[in-house]
Amino acid sequence: MSVLIFVDQAEGQIRKASLEALSYGVALAKQIGTTANAVVLGNLAKNAADLGSYGVSKVYHGESDTFNTMDAQAYTNAIMEAVQKSNAEVIVFSHNQTGRAVAPRIAAKLKAGLVAGAVALPDTSNGFAVRKSVFSGKAFANVAITSPVKVITVNPNSFRIAETGSETAQVEKLDATADNAKVKAATVNKVQGEVPLTEAEIVVSGGRGMKGPENWGILEDLAHSLHAALACSRPVADAHWRPHHEHVGQTGIQVSPNLYIAVGISGAIQHLAGVNRSKVMVVINKDAEAPFFKAADYGVVGDLFEIVPKLTEEIKKLKGV
Amino acid sequence: MKILVCISKTPDTTSKIAFKENNTKFDEASVQWIINPYDEWYSLVRAIELKEKDASITITLVHVGGADSDPIIRKALALGGDEAVRINAQSDDTYFVAAQIAEVAKQGNYDLIFTGKETIDYNASAIGGMVAELLDLPYISLATKFELNSTTAVVTREIEGGEEVDEVALPAVVSCQKGVAEQRIPNMRGIMAARTKPLKVVEPTPIEALTKIVSYELPPAKAGVKMVPATDMAELVRLLHEEARVI
Ligand SMILES: Cc1cc2nc3c(=O)[nH]c(=O)nc-3n(C[C@H](O)[C@H](O)[C@H](O)COP(=O)(O)OP(=O)(O)OC[C@H]3O[C@@H](n4cnc5c(N)ncnc54)[C@H](O)[C@@H]3O)c2cc1C
Ligand SMILES: Nc1ncnc2c1ncn2[C@@H]1O[C@H](COP(=O)(O)O)[C@@H](O)[C@H]1O
Repeated sequence: MSVLIFVDQAEGQIRKASLEALSYGVALAKQIGTTANAVVLGNLAKNAADLGSYGVSKVYHGESDTFNTMDAQAYTNAIMEAVQKSNAEVIVFSHNQTGRAVAPRIAAKLKAGLVAGAVALPDTSNGFAVRKSVFSGKAFANVAITSPVKVITVNPNSFRIAETGSETAQVEKLDATADNAKVKAATVNKVQGEVPLTEAEIVVSGGRGMKGPENWGILEDLAHSLHAALACSRPVADAHWRPHHEHVGQTGIQVSPNLYIAVGISGAIQHLAGVNRSKVMVVINKDAEAPFFKAADYGVVGDLFEIVPKLTEEIKKLKGV
Repeated sequence: MKILVCISKTPDTTSKIAFKENNTKFDEASVQWIINPYDEWYSLVRAIELKEKDASITITLVHVGGADSDPIIRKALALGGDEAVRINAQSDDTYFVAAQIAEVAKQGNYDLIFTGKETIDYNASAIGGMVAELLDLPYISLATKFELNSTTAVVTREIEGGEEVDEVALPAVVSCQKGVAEQRIPNMRGIMAARTKPLKVVEPTPIEALTKIVSYELPPAKAGVKMVPATDMAELVRLLHEEARVI
């Protein structure tokens, strides 16, 4: 019996969301009195053994470059090999794109109950109940997993990364490869140099109040000063002021950053459905009656074109740049 | 070519979310039900567009739910599904639902199975992957574009930090999101035609649920918004730094 955490990489780098899942799995193993191991697929920029510093004893590594593109079936086979070798009872993923593709397959294969999008460690005082956000952030559900083997995907920004020391983990190679993958990846376009929206700790978002795409410079400066990702409301993406992958809300991306700054967005319920899992929300709007103020933690009433540059200036002062 | 489109039912986003029986049950009293937007706007419409190009395509809708789901199934038929199967069972366990869909899929020999990216109530994003595993089929998650060749599909999907264009041999399971198609509104002809399209009700296969919702909680009420004068951004930065500790 043990906890196994799937740690995914993109171009050799381990993403923040995966390290959060890793720390979640290590904390869970401690809570239930067992060991934590990790499984990694593809080439890593750093040494797989270094994952020991997050508290895992062993790292199962599928080294084949065929894993550098993600095929859900091939990943499933490789992770299954690690599940068997480590006799895992709980398997933890990030609720990121890869986790969404692979965790359900592993759960189905093992006939394991799945809780997707966990926001806290399980309550193991009486059974095994995992808290997750439901109704697009409007409530939480505590979901009991009743099967012996369990699969959890951890919502990004819900659990803190914890380095526990400088130990190195024992590395065991996996035999599996993705040679027979049924999905052939033709082209891969990485969004360059930006903070991925779903992982960002701070998100700066603009709405129709921005008046036009030519005005986005002030939001880019604000985002830059905070190392934040940019987002927008749906009408902004529909009008092609901003790319679709920045659209947040019920029909766009759901984000849960520590800080969400909404600029010139009215706060329609469909917009809030994508952002109300944010820990702290700041709203800047010239209309004191805008519905967004009801959901906000901090509000500023006034003209965004005057306010945003001043805010950026004050942040730069704080950061000493 | 046969396409199976998974349709789920969710409360309209503007519905008030409340719980009853000591927070153990969702209170459906004042809820308006809709087709899950990812199913209605993206996967179903894409299937209809494919059928408009190739009349030999048939679209079967599948839904796991009770008789109260029939209005949303009729709406999906009005948009352009050919026939529907409702598995007469209510469950919030992903494995149970996926296994029921897989049973229907096994009997129909579908070339393509579409799901939405996720349901907007339980937000699992998991049914597609489970169905694919239960049928031993490839799974393309989070598609933003979908094209058919004769025996393969070319799909653009969202991956960690970017996009990827994949080619996959059919049959396959694909979960659809924004980009795949544009929302449509049913017209009068579609609504009339939907009344006579077949909606078959089948009893569920006995499968054990592997999870159970034990309780719900509403998030703690916000303390209320703290207003900062537009002339004092230094104060806002101080509050975010010292009070909220987010910058
Ligand atoms: C089924 C459905 C799904 C939807 N899904 C989504 C979704 O996923 N995401 C989404 O965002 N929307 C979604 N919508 C649309 C949503 O209902 C709203 O229409 C949309 O969010 C409004 O965008 P907005 O706030 O940018 O624009 P508006 O509502 O036009 O608000 C603009 C705001 O800017 C303020 N403003 C203007 N000028 C200034 C200035 N100089 N300084 C400061 N403030 C200023 C105004 O006071 C106003 O509050 C959906 C709608 C439906 C029906
Ligand atoms: N009860 C259901 N009946 C049919 N399809 C469903 C059902 N629940 C979910 N689905 C499908 O699976 C997708 C993902 O749902 P989920 O994994 O629950 O987030 C949905 O967009 C639907 O296409």
